[in-house]
Formats: sequence, structure tokens, C-alpha cells
Amino acid sequence: MAAVKYIASEKLPDWLKSLAEKSRVLVPVAEGGGVVFRPYAPGCQPVFGSDATAPPKGSVFPACQELFRYERGKDAEDPGKGTLKLLPATEAEPTVVFGAKPCGARGFLIFDRVYMGKKFPDPYYINAREATVFVTMACSTANVENTCFCHWVGSGPADGAGSDVLLTPVAGGYTAEALTDKGAALLESPVLSDGAAKAAEADSVKAAAREALGEAPDISTSPAALLAAFDDMDFWRDQSDKCVSCGACTYLCPTCYCFTITDEPTGQSGRRMRSWDACMHFQFTLEASGHNPRPTKAHRLKNRVGHKFSYYPTLHEGIIACCGCGRCIKSCPVSVDIREIVQNAVARAKG
Amino acid sequence: MTDPFNPYLPEVATVLETVQETHNIKTFRVRFDDEAKMAAFTFEPGQVGQLSAPGIGESTFVINSPPTRMDYLQFSVMRAGEVTTMLHGLSAGDKVGVRAPLGKPFPYEEMKGKDIVFVGGGIGMAPLRTLFLYMLDNRADYGNITLLYGARSPGDMAFSAELPEWTSRTDINTTLTIDREAEGWEHKVGLIPNVLLELAPSPKGAVAITCGPPIMIKFTLEALKKLEFADEQIYTTLEKRMKCGIGICGRCNIGSSYVCVDGPVYSYAQLKALPNEL
Repeated sequence: MAAVKYIASEKLPDWLKSLAEKSRVLVPVAEGGGVVFRPYAPGCQPVFGSDATAPPKGSVFPACQELFRYERGKDAEDPGKGTLKLLPATEAEPTVVFGAKPCGARGFLIFDRVYMGKKFPDPYYINAREATVFVTMACSTANVENTCFCHWVGSGPADGAGSDVLLTPVAGGYTAEALTDKGAALLESPVLSDGAAKAAEADSVKAAAREALGEAPDISTSPAALLAAFDDMDFWRDQSDKCVSCGACTYLCPTCYCFTITDEPTGQSGRRMRSWDACMHFQFTLEASGHNPRPTKAHRLKNRVGHKFSYYPTLHEGIIACCGCGRCIKSCPVSVDIREIVQNAVARAKG
Repeated sequence: MTDPFNPYLPEVATVLETVQETHNIKTFRVRFDDEAKMAAFTFEPGQVGQLSAPGIGESTFVINSPPTRMDYLQFSVMRAGEVTTMLHGLSAGDKVGVRAPLGKPFPYEEMKGKDIVFVGGGIGMAPLRTLFLYMLDNRADYGNITLLYGARSPGDMAFSAELPEWTSRTDINTTLTIDREAEGWEHKVGLIPNVLLELAPSPKGAVAITCGPPIMIKFTLEALKKLEFADEQIYTTLEKRMKCGIGICGRCNIGSSYVCVDGPVYSYAQLKALPNEL
């Protein structure tokens, strides 16, 4: 483990400015009543307190991304014949995501297992992932909210998994720990000083935040419990009664990775795009024949919870596809609480 | 050939020929423009491809020509939505994109030495055609081959150019059926599951492969069970809404099984083990 460094709050703009000279630096900023990640520019006021309204998911997995351009044309030698050129662009912009909570970065560990598969690795994702560095901010007790449940899913408020640098708020500034080589390179800046004297304070901040989350219930049986409830549609109607199928839970989720593919034509040329999609929407599984395997919101919520707490763990060594950030609960207009649904399924299975 | 570096990028192909099979099914025969890639292309019976018309989108179709006949790749498309309507507008010389092969094939190696019962309904004959022709091209490897192919009416039967050969060959046992009497129809009349029960193929040392509309599959499975076929002796291939085709986009899951990579071919035993979400 590299030595702990320290940066005073007043020196943060200098560090951000120097980082922004080499990369796109995304910081959480207040916008439209929420907090979202936007490119840093000198003078901007990052919000490092409460967690951002939207996670930094788009830094690696943009909400809308070009897969390739196509160009139709006519064969110069035979005007009756057409031509078709496909032009992919997989380059990614060097990016530093600065000031996300650890859960926001950890979400990409869930993506990695799917997008970095052996048979069909996703070049767009992999290039963006490799070009991105995460400087996250451990939570203090001031940031622990009643919607947080990272400790239920094997994580915690100072979990560095998925982060390259972990900052911890201490008096007057932040300690900075490099967790990867990419992170260590960022800490070479002269605006950072030795932080050994602050390490104990940082440890107690982390411990207090973990303490504030309280005990986590045992949800280790959720994969089997959710499958056991699969055909109990009365149960799922109860769980989904309030849901309005808006999809906010999926769009704001750091671990939701589903997408759709659409074409955008402009005359004879155009683009094939992929865009975030949401399993909470009726159209998600609607087949061309008109058949829909998930015709009601009860079926769709079952899939969302089932995917995160049953199907994904079944495929990926028990790892839950949820980082416990609580955005789906906090931002749900009707307060659907995924924690309650999982616990209800576990309780149902126990009889 | 699906590019391992960029599996989203189709291979450009040219439509060589189209066949209007029925009022709403059209067959496309295509070849990759890159002849080296066409020569190197391999697939197995039952695997699918994404056929795309850039500007509209892409959809999944089984490659219904067999790998033993690589002059072209054949796709049969039933008009049902935007992409299929666009595809129906294509004619010889037009360009399409192809991402293939995707998904898992029928276990045709394990089927060697067994009697084979094909039960196809409507457009469901397309995926069966691949395996059926593959087995005809490797006829000595398989036992008795029975084909039961049905459609609503004579005009709804695809692959009509091939039907005379299929019905006249003596090394296979072909039965064609339609739902109701029609003028000039010389074959069976009756619903597929009922005709299957009449034919009563023996399950001993046999496998059955069925594909068609969901209601037909449901009753065909019941008929096969009455004939005492075990769940492990029955195969089908599923249609699901797929986008990426490579197990990432998350649209085609049934529980933890992704139809685009774990299927589309499943045994009935495998299907029964999946959550009930077809």
C-alpha cells in the first residue's frame, strides 16, 4: 500500500486544474435541482458532500453512444449497384472521475464481468474503462443516508474496490490513498503532501461511517428465495403495487447495464447507436409478434430484483449486482424500496 | 463473420436472390462482400445471425441454409415489425449487414445414430430446415428421419420449391399438413399435434425437434409426451427479443439464462428447469 497523502481543501482546485490539463475531469456539480457529473472547468464548484443524484455511470457507459457510422453510396463503375461502408469508432477520451462515492465506482465491477467477457468483450466499454480513473470520496457520517445499504451487498462506505484513489474527508482537507497504479500516478502532484499524520483520523472517519450504517440483515439466501417466489404473482403484485414503471431506478443505478440499439439515419448515411434501456418498461421485452413475456409491472419488477439478487449472483460467483447506493429508493417517486422486496422474498422463503 | 474485436460491427453482405415464400415470409440469400471472410465462415445448424438494414436496425434470424451448402447464407424473414418490413423491401444487389454466427446449435453430433423426428409449424420450419438439410447431406450418420411440416393453408407453406423433393425422397418420411381442407391439396389435413399422434413415431432411440408458433409447440410437446418421448429427447429453438446477440444488453434473459448465448436451442428438460417466463 502506497503512503497516505494529504491535500488541503483550498488546494483542491489546483489539483483539479492540473488534472484537467491532461484529461477530461468529471466532478459532481449542482444542476437542475440535482447533482450530476460534469467536466471540470476552473471556477466550477464541485459538490463533495452528499452523493450525486446520478452516478458517474455515463463516464464509461454513455447514455447514448455511437457504435458505428454507415455510409451508403453508388458503385462508381456500376451506378445500378449500391455500396455500404461501416465505420466504427471505439476510441475513448482519457477521463478522471473525481469525487464520486465509492459505490458509484464499484458499480463498474458489476459491469466488468459482463462487458469484459471472454467470448465477446465489448471494445467500446473496455477502451473507456481503461481510459478512466476513479478518485472517490469515502463517506463520513455526514454522508450516510437512510437509503444507503452498501453494507448489505458486501461493500462499505470506504470500500476501495473499483476506485483508483480513495479520498477521506478529515479536518482541513482530505487524505488520499492510491489503490492502483493509475491512482498512484495522480498522487504525484506537488499539491499533495505527506498524510501519515492524518491517517488515524481518516481511519476513524471511515469506521464511524460504517458504524452509522448499523447491522446488515442476512440476504445471502436471496438468489434461491427470489426464484422460489418466481411464480407467486400475488407476491409480485403486492411488491409492485406502487410502481409507476418510470424507470428512474434503472437509469440512476450504477449497476444497471442494459441497453437497446437503434439506428439514426440522415439521408443515405447515419449512425447505429446504443442507449441505456430499462427493464421496467413494457417495450423492453415486447416481441415483434406482439407477445410480451413480461406483460405487467409485477413481471418487470420481478425481473429487476431477480436480476440483481438472484440471476447475476447465480452466474457470477454469488456477487450481488447492486452496490447499495440507494438511489433507486431515494429517487423513486412512489418510494418502492428494493431492500424491502428482497427481505420480503427471503422471509417468504422461510415461510 | 462476427468480429471478435468488435462484435457489434456487421459484415457487409450482398443479397444474391430473394424468394417470396408466402404472403408474409421472404427468403434472402446473401454472401459477404469480403470473399476471404465468406470462405473462412463457419457455423453450426441452429445458430442465428443478426440481419441488418442500416438506417432501420437489425433483427435475429436463424441461418436456415445448412453449413454443408456454403454458396450463400439463407435467412427467411416473416414480416412483423419495422426491421422485417424494411428487409422485405430488399432485392438482389442490395446491401445488408450480417452478424453471425451467434448462439448455440442443435446437438447434431449427439444425435448421430438416432432416429430424428422434425415437427415444424409455419415459419418454425426455417430453423428446422438447417438441421434437416444438414442431416440429409450426412444421411448415413442418422437413422430414420421423419418430417412433419404444417401450415394454416397451402399458401402459408414456405420452401414450396423444395417440398416435392422432400415428399418424394424414399430415405425420409415426410408428411405435410394444413389446418383445413383446401382445393388441390393432396396431403394431410389436420392440426400438427393430432397428425403427430397419428404418425406415432417411436421414441426408442429417437429425438424430436420442434419449432413453430407457441400454441403449436405447447400441444406438440403434449403429443410427444403422450408418445413417451422423454424431456431430454425433445429440442426446440426459442425466439426472444434480442439486440446485442452476445449476452450483454440484457433483453433476452429467462432467469439467469440468456437466449442469445445459452440458446436459442434448448432441450425440453433444460426449458423446464428455467423460470416460467417464455
